[in-house]
Amino acid sequence: MTKGKVIGVNGNMISVRVDGEVALNEVGYVVLGDKKLKSEVIRIQGDRAEMQVFEMTGGTGINDEVEFSGELLAVSLGPGLLGKVYDGLQNPLPELAERLGFFLDRGVYLEALESEQRWRFTPKVNKGDKVRQGDTLGTVPEGIFDHRVMVPFNFLGEYTVDWVIDEGDYTVHEKVATVTDAKGGKHEVTMAFEWPVKRPIKVYSERLRPEEQMVTKVRLIDTFIPVALGGTYCIPGPFGAGKTVLQQITSRNAEVDIVIIAACGERAGEVVETLREFPELNDPRTGRTLMERTVIICNTSSMPVAAREASVYTAVTIAEYYRQMGLKVLLLADSTSRWAQAMREMSGRLEEIPGEEAFPAYLESVIAAFYERAGRVRLHDGSIGSVTIGGTVSPAGGNFEEPVTQATLKVVGAFHGLSRERSDARKYPAIDPLESWSKYEGAVEPNATEYARGIVFRGDEIDQMMKVVGEEGTSLEDYLVYLKGQFMDSVYLQQNAFDEVDRAVSVERQQHVFRVMMQILVSRFSVESKEEARHYFNELRQKFLDYNGAEWMSDDFKSLETELEQMISERDAGADERGEKLLKSLTTEHSHA
Amino acid sequence: MRKVYSKIEAISGNVITVTASGVRYSELAVVSSRHGDSLAEVIRLSEDQVALQVFTGGRGISTGDEVRFVGHPMQISFSDNLLGRIFDGSGRPRDNGPPLEENMIEIGTPSVNPSMRIIPRNMIRTNIPMIDLFNTLVESQKLPIFSVSGEPYNPLLARIAMQAEVDMIILGGIGLKYDDYLFFRDTLEEGGAMSRTIFFVHTASDPVVESLLVPDVSLAVAERFALKGKKVLVLLTDMTNFADSLKEIAITMEQVPSNRGYPGDLYSQLAARYEKAVDFEGAGSITTLAATTMPGDDVTHPVPDNTGYITEGQYYLRGGRIEPFGSLSRLKQLVNDKTRPDHRAVMDGMIKLYAAYKESLEKKSMGFRMADWDNKLLKYGEMFEDQMMDLSVNIALEEALDRGWSILAECFDAAETGLRTELLKQYWPHKEETA
Repeated sequence: MTKGKVIGVNGNMISVRVDGEVALNEVGYVVLGDKKLKSEVIRIQGDRAEMQVFEMTGGTGINDEVEFSGELLAVSLGPGLLGKVYDGLQNPLPELAERLGFFLDRGVYLEALESEQRWRFTPKVNKGDKVRQGDTLGTVPEGIFDHRVMVPFNFLGEYTVDWVIDEGDYTVHEKVATVTDAKGGKHEVTMAFEWPVKRPIKVYSERLRPEEQMVTKVRLIDTFIPVALGGTYCIPGPFGAGKTVLQQITSRNAEVDIVIIAACGERAGEVVETLREFPELNDPRTGRTLMERTVIICNTSSMPVAAREASVYTAVTIAEYYRQMGLKVLLLADSTSRWAQAMREMSGRLEEIPGEEAFPAYLESVIAAFYERAGRVRLHDGSIGSVTIGGTVSPAGGNFEEPVTQATLKVVGAFHGLSRERSDARKYPAIDPLESWSKYEGAVEPNATEYARGIVFRGDEIDQMMKVVGEEGTSLEDYLVYLKGQFMDSVYLQQNAFDEVDRAVSVERQQHVFRVMMQILVSRFSVESKEEARHYFNELRQKFLDYNGAEWMSDDFKSLETELEQMISERDAGADERGEKLLKSLTTEHSHA
Repeated sequence: MRKVYSKIEAISGNVITVTASGVRYSELAVVSSRHGDSLAEVIRLSEDQVALQVFTGGRGISTGDEVRFVGHPMQISFSDNLLGRIFDGSGRPRDNGPPLEENMIEIGTPSVNPSMRIIPRNMIRTNIPMIDLFNTLVESQKLPIFSVSGEPYNPLLARIAMQAEVDMIILGGIGLKYDDYLFFRDTLEEGGAMSRTIFFVHTASDPVVESLLVPDVSLAVAERFALKGKKVLVLLTDMTNFADSLKEIAITMEQVPSNRGYPGDLYSQLAARYEKAVDFEGAGSITTLAATTMPGDDVTHPVPDNTGYITEGQYYLRGGRIEPFGSLSRLKQLVNDKTRPDHRAVMDGMIKLYAAYKESLEKKSMGFRMADWDNKLLKYGEMFEDQMMDLSVNIALEEALDRGWSILAECFDAAETGLRTELLKQYWPHKEETA
């Protein structure tokens, strides 16, 4: 193996003189007494290699030895990933805690997959079968899923199954099959294998358009700015606008099979909530705990910055792995800005010529390449899997013009922009309903949502105008539109994350409630004065909020709905033609459902 | 015996370079000049060139001065003897007391394993309604106080230090004006809180590099006390000075600046300090409050901006009051459901109405006719400012909640408040009570 000597230390970057071959992204270890610090080669010039160290570098000195591994930075893939909490390099954190206590001492690396645990293996191939990369050799049950034991993705070409083990309980390191390649070479296969994190897994027959909606149970998102399975979306927002809370809500309620949470350079406290609560919370769809469908990659802001850069790749590689099993995977990355900053820090130490705001010039292409790892694909066996990526962005100064937000907006399919004004006014989720957009199709008739959004837009305009001309200078008609906009904002766009019922709203309920709300939006109410109108809308709002808090289709829900409809019909003076038509389209759509 | 180097190759700002071997990254050295000894820390190694930042600054250092490496990184003494004492950033006494040298511990300890953290669960009462009611401070929280120079953030911190329900206070002063240092000392002494307090103070007249040590020293000591079961509150003032010192060193080291001259790792540097806030299961905790002045009242300035992303909310101090908008304790939801059932609703409801008041106020200032509703809001806003926001209001949470209901009842009809019907039934004061 190649060895080297340290010739420079600058923060978490070291320079090494090497005595043989090295590869870019190869892993090496700095030997520091009885500890070895994991590092990755990030630049090579002659016999001099620059490496980023995934640990604090205090105590390293000139002429310290460096051992190279010959391997690229990789993750272990196999049964047992679900429910795990890893750091950015796939070290299991609870196991580290068992060993080290409260603190993360450097230089300790543990196996990512439990080597003792036995899995019930059921073979799915026979001797003589032809297989290729990604084909299923057998399955093991992992939680509620059939985890596919596959031909490792780095096996290129066609192989013949030589031998496969009988059904039984085995560990991840036991040989379960041997296969022969075209040239007659024999290869052993275990349940686990390694894959370099920076290379996308492309073992599928075709990539499909993201057509199916991914339900988040957040009204504002599902109705107005939907996300698709296999699609990408980003949540930029200034601090305190609720990015992380939104991600947490999504990780709980999203209708997907598996959620990978990449807590990248953010507060540890936030991960802890997920970490402590998920094992207690039940997933209503499966009856098992949420933790059993979750993998957490956690490299929080005070952990070494180079591992932060690796963490999003670790996360997306695990997501792609489960996609190979025909599952719907959601990857939530919080925050991609911290990841970009990690690149910036390293780029600065390498003394590369800086781009905008000192970010490296390759920022855009790296971000694009990351989001492109999302996608809905048809696998070789015909089943369909997807990786959906939702990334938060933390723009400096809350200004969306900055490089990371702009590079991200270029490549994502939906934009959920958070606004400081809305969060200051305690309007949650603080997604700006006017600025945000989505290229995907949602659950509610787009013409109707367009109409509703128009009311919010007009209401906002009138509000601005009223600030100039005053309430007395506004016509009653305009004032009604303003009230409708305000009304819709408080009963539909805002959602109470702390209310048992309101926190997660099914698509069915969204469609239903949207129709009730549309009756109000399209109606020309007969009111005499603004005072009266405001009073009426206050009452409507109160009723609607109680209605939102009532269990779906409970007696309470039904009686509140009747009361609401009564209140509406008392003042209803018919709708215009467009509104009438829209209402009808919603009603028929609803009766179909 | 370690080798002594007596040739300094380069002196640039506070950074000196010597040719040396066997030196380790982050190691300390003693630089002896004719102005006395100073500590210095290794900040870059390149072949045999060793760059060090000198704590007392580069001024007066000569190329012929001696550099002696001590073989270990920065350390500080840790024991109960620290309590009631005042030190500078390097841990030297400032109060004429004896220097402490027993039980030396390293500063800049590793990060806490996230899986060992627990969900914050205890409120820290301060008897300031704008904190207790609207933005509850939570044990293990890290919160900055954003303000402008001239705002009373130091008196606020001192008041919190006196009143907060914690076992001990560590005050880290960074670039503190000498008057302010004396103010803190005297206030805590008079209030009898000195015996549970440790000061690490770097004043504005001290060498700039030393200010970089203050947060690390304060937090390393806090961490040890927390591990021994103490509930520690760390007050840092002012973290903008810390960031400015980082900037100064980064520029001297010719690092590519990222935003307004600050180094690209500003976020990571600040995070490494703030993330020390923690609640150790089965032991004590660290809660951090840090004054952060915003140059030009600009919250998008890199220091408050990066801080905001790191901390768990923030308090805005403006016009001598904690602003209800923008101020946000993102952990409050974890504790304010255990105080009183109306806590959350009163909190949200009153803020929404206060926001509406601001709009009416704006309309009024533009000379528009005030509707009935506007007049109600105006009345409400004034009462809210006088009876809740004013920093002199000093009442317990429960009393503040009751006061909230009575303000609401005096100004509005129940249906106008936007509060849920059940709550209104339970808490809405009857007319005769408010009369």
